[in-house]
Amino acid sequence: MKFAILVSEGPYTHQATDTAFQFAQAVLAKGHEIFRVFFYHDGVYNATRLTTPPQDDRNIVKRWTELAKANNLDMVVCVAAAQRRGIVDDGEMQRNGKDATNLAEPFRISGLGQLIEAGIQADRLVVFGD
Amino acid sequence: MTTKQFMIVNRKAPYGTIYGWEALEVVLIAAAFEQDVSMAFLDDGVYQIKKGHQTKGIEIKAFEKTFRALEDYDVTKIYVDQESLTERGLTADDLTIPVEVLSRAEIGKRMEEQDIVLAF
Repeated sequence: MKFAILVSEGPYTHQATDTAFQFAQAVLAKGHEIFRVFFYHDGVYNATRLTTPPQDDRNIVKRWTELAKANNLDMVVCVAAAQRRGIVDDGEMQRNGKDATNLAEPFRISGLGQLIEAGIQADRLVVFGD
Repeated sequence: MTTKQFMIVNRKAPYGTIYGWEALEVVLIAAAFEQDVSMAFLDDGVYQIKKGHQTKGIEIKAFEKTFRALEDYDVTKIYVDQESLTERGLTADDLTIPVEVLSRAEIGKRMEEQDIVLAF
């Protein structure tokens, strides 16, 4: 089956992002496909490479990036939500005159249309929020 | 383009958190993609469409007007939970847009018919 995943809460404050990650792992382990993981609301904070949790805690951002690289996942951060919350890639830095970027690879910033497209293309769009 | 049925479910008050506003952005984009979009308002979510938002004091942009623009995007299936209205002393006359007031069970049925339910 083809899944799409929406993550709408930030890391550490909410369980939702842990559960979304574990769900993604389980989906792939069962041989299903993940069309896209879309990050919205505070979910966009899952994509900052500046996250530095204590050493004995899970690194949620690193975990997403490793899973994405190993499985060639399309991980999309909503541009409007990212702009509000200071998640920046090269393009956004230049467009908005900022002095830094913080988007982890292989996340990419794009529009909400990518969420709607994920809903259209996938058999199931599974939402992880509060 | 394939058309699917998207229902956006709003359960939270309009201000205090950004969920209501960011949910509305999803509705507008889904409509722009010519999807079959409906909205359901439950719990404190019914306050999102109550008439007379006055947000000057909290220095947040009011988005009541955006609901009134939904018709221009062909988003006309707006369902409101009767119990949530009653619990808050509201009726359909207090709302800023025309809605269909339904019982909780009827809203559940509408949800079942959807391809995609996004709850905020």
